[in-house]
Amino acid sequence: MTINPDLQGRSYPAAEVYDVGREKIREFARAVKATHPAHFDVEAAKALGHSDLVAPPTFAIIVAQRADAQLIEDPDSGIDFSRVVHADQRFTHHRPIIAGDQLRAELHVDGVRAMGGGAMITTRSEITTVDGERVSTTTSSILVRGEGQ
Amino acid sequence: MSLKLEELTVGQEIGTRSIEVTRQDLVKYAGASGDFNPIHWNESFATGVELPGVIAHGMFTMGSAVQLVSDWAGDPAAVVDYQTRFTKPVLVADTTGSSEPGAVIEVAGVVGALDAEAGTARIDLTVTFAGQKVLMKSQAVVKLA
Repeated sequence: MTINPDLQGRSYPAAEVYDVGREKIREFARAVKATHPAHFDVEAAKALGHSDLVAPPTFAIIVAQRADAQLIEDPDSGIDFSRVVHADQRFTHHRPIIAGDQLRAELHVDGVRAMGGGAMITTRSEITTVDGERVSTTTSSILVRGEGQ
Repeated sequence: MSLKLEELTVGQEIGTRSIEVTRQDLVKYAGASGDFNPIHWNESFATGVELPGVIAHGMFTMGSAVQLVSDWAGDPAAVVDYQTRFTKPVLVADTTGSSEPGAVIEVAGVVGALDAEAGTARIDLTVTFAGQKVLMKSQAVVKLA
């Protein structure tokens, strides 16, 4: 199966709402071995001027990869997930993600480039609150390995 | 925040950190992130897709490396931009049942650039495993003002 070149320029509208919970921030922070008190202790976060616990800098990957799943699971995309390798990742935070946020992600396919028998696909998730406030922009490139790659 | 842009210089070291990783850590990261790709927890699946063994999630390495920057900045929310390329896998040996780590990732950070107008410092991270760089162009931008 080959990657559909018409994916470039495609968008997937924001689907489900992601509710950012305190325990999820704590769980994710432990999983990346973060120890900063602003991830665990509400009073420590407030002392830094935040309204609640602060998510670690890569927490947005949870929301972004849910958005990516729409593309990967799209039968029209031609992507075999077992052949996907993560090539690069970027997070641009317009403001930090804080416990209590209700987030949505709109996915954009910014680039599709043939590489050998496979393809490099660049996607961008625009993460906003349900009220439309911009929170994070994440970009990700995945390499879908062709046969023998 | 106690850091001041005018007191920083390009090339200045911000510190180092060693991250010990076990197979259990990868299972924890899989659960926390929702990325259950079996190459990160199942040996026979990983070798079946031509990997040398179970490898860490690239996002585990990226996510754990930035803690050096969060701690240096004094507030994780100060990290306004963070990017990397994934160049080499981190192979995690199965040490279940012992107290030994399955891999050790080394992280070092230096001030890579200063932007007085934006009030930001760019921290360049060097992230290595078994003597080889596993992340490239790993850069975190910290808002100081």
